[in-house]
Amino acid sequence: MNQMTPPTQPDPIQPSAVSVRGLRKRYGALEVLKGIDFDARRGEVVSILGSSGSGKSTLLRCINMLEIPEAGTVTVDGTEIALVAQRGGGRRPADARAMDRMRARIGMVFQDFNLWSHKTVLGNVIEAPTHVQKRPRADCIAEARALLDKVGIADKADQYPARLSGGQQQRAAIARALAMNPTVMLFDEPTSALDPELVGEVLRVIRALAEEGRTMLIVTHEINFARDISDTVVFMNEGVIEESGPPEEVFAPGNNTRLARFIEG
Amino acid sequence: MDFEFLGQTFLKLLPGIPVTLELATVSLLLGACLALVFAVIRVRRIRPLNWLVIGYVYVFRGTPLLVQLFIIYYGLAQFPEIRNSFAWTYLREPYWCALLALVLNTAAYGSEILRGALLSVPRGQIMAAQACGMSGLLLFRRISFPIALRQALPAYGNEFILMIKATSLASLVTLADVTGIAARIIAETYRPVEVFVAAGTIYLTICYGLILLVRLAETRLNPDQRDPAPVARVGAARKEVTP
Ligand SMILES: Nc1ncnc2c1ncn2[C@@H]1O[C@H](COP(=O)(O)OP(=O)(O)O)[C@@H](O)[C@H]1O
Ligand SMILES: [Mg+2]
Repeated sequence: MNQMTPPTQPDPIQPSAVSVRGLRKRYGALEVLKGIDFDARRGEVVSILGSSGSGKSTLLRCINMLEIPEAGTVTVDGTEIALVAQRGGGRRPADARAMDRMRARIGMVFQDFNLWSHKTVLGNVIEAPTHVQKRPRADCIAEARALLDKVGIADKADQYPARLSGGQQQRAAIARALAMNPTVMLFDEPTSALDPELVGEVLRVIRALAEEGRTMLIVTHEINFARDISDTVVFMNEGVIEESGPPEEVFAPGNNTRLARFIEG
Repeated sequence: MDFEFLGQTFLKLLPGIPVTLELATVSLLLGACLALVFAVIRVRRIRPLNWLVIGYVYVFRGTPLLVQLFIIYYGLAQFPEIRNSFAWTYLREPYWCALLALVLNTAAYGSEILRGALLSVPRGQIMAAQACGMSGLLLFRRISFPIALRQALPAYGNEFILMIKATSLASLVTLADVTGIAARIIAETYRPVEVFVAAGTIYLTICYGLILLVRLAETRLNPDQRDPAPVARVGAARKEVTP
């Protein structure tokens, strides 16, 4: 069908939660993102599919500026992160504090959890609320316990990450991201490092968040999961968005695109 | 062995213990602060300071502490600029020369230990902190440094012990530490074996106490390793069954 679907048009009334325009990123000679245009409405769940090396992680990392793109803009909740050219090539954030404030409003969940090993699960969850948002510790603890209960590991609050299973660690990492009450959640292959029997418990938590109406960008290889929970599915290939649209469209039978062949495996 | 003489010697050496402990404590504290600054300069590649630190570490790790001590004690006096400066009030005292040599020496080793520890902090944990909006000093204080410290502690504990023993060189610039007093008693009595056995016992006791302290700090900082994991317990139980 429509091989090069244009990116979702921004809603003129409701500004996008995330808006990406003309994003380019290269590592040395390798151009990883070759001009990405992309929007996510508030409350939209977007799944990003694509083969390994197609630039999915790089796209997520450019959205919260863990990687600084060479060209293009990223706007989160109506605020664009200003980048200025720096000596010796590349760009840097014009205002590092503004970038930190923006990052505090974007939750990120990593493939390998990246919980802080020197802190308990509760310590991980309250760290940024108490030290970045500087909210009262008691409030943060109460909220953290509620979040841990929600992701089903309330009994692990005082454990150190090394003592948890992968699935429990990832759920703790999700609670840590939620504790900042982020505008948008980024998930980078949240279940790829998990043993198969632990994938379900993490997907259940993400599904519950989707049903709450949170804005989420999810890089995943779980096709059925993506089909079930996404409002929009984006297919990336070699640094470009090759196809995007509602799941019933992009997964329609007879859709003879690279995405269809990707799903076939 | 003359145990009565040994006991007398032991008592005569006791006044040297505070000197030894003070030299070790002060040089380790100051040395660790310097080491941290140097390590950060190296890890962050703050130019041109990092070149200076690289040169300094190269020199101080590549030469014996005794040579460093003698160069500071005998060598600095040759420069009229130093003799006429404010620093001379300190540098003409053997105590301050010994302290300076010890501080500079341990800071060189310590900076390498801390540099390695800072480099070993998993990149992902730093990214997770950045993703939460942490940066700069906050990120260092709350995430990088505590993780690095846990990594560095076993090696730094070793450095503590080496430094306790290194303080004995201060006796060679006339300080009355444990070794300094021991040397004096030997000169008076010509009974080196008993005297050094007594001195050695004192160093052994201090080092053993220090080892316990470092171990305590390790368990305090790594509560997740305090009680053995269930798997380890199964292994231990099995060992009991099959001798
Ligand atoms: N820090 C980096 N330095 C150099 N190359 C990188 C770096 N990060 C990613 N790449 C390369 O960029 C390409 C895209 O990576 P990535 O965005 O991680 O892909 P995906 O997440 O879709 O698998 C890959 O070829 C990868 O090797
Ligand atoms: Mg990836």
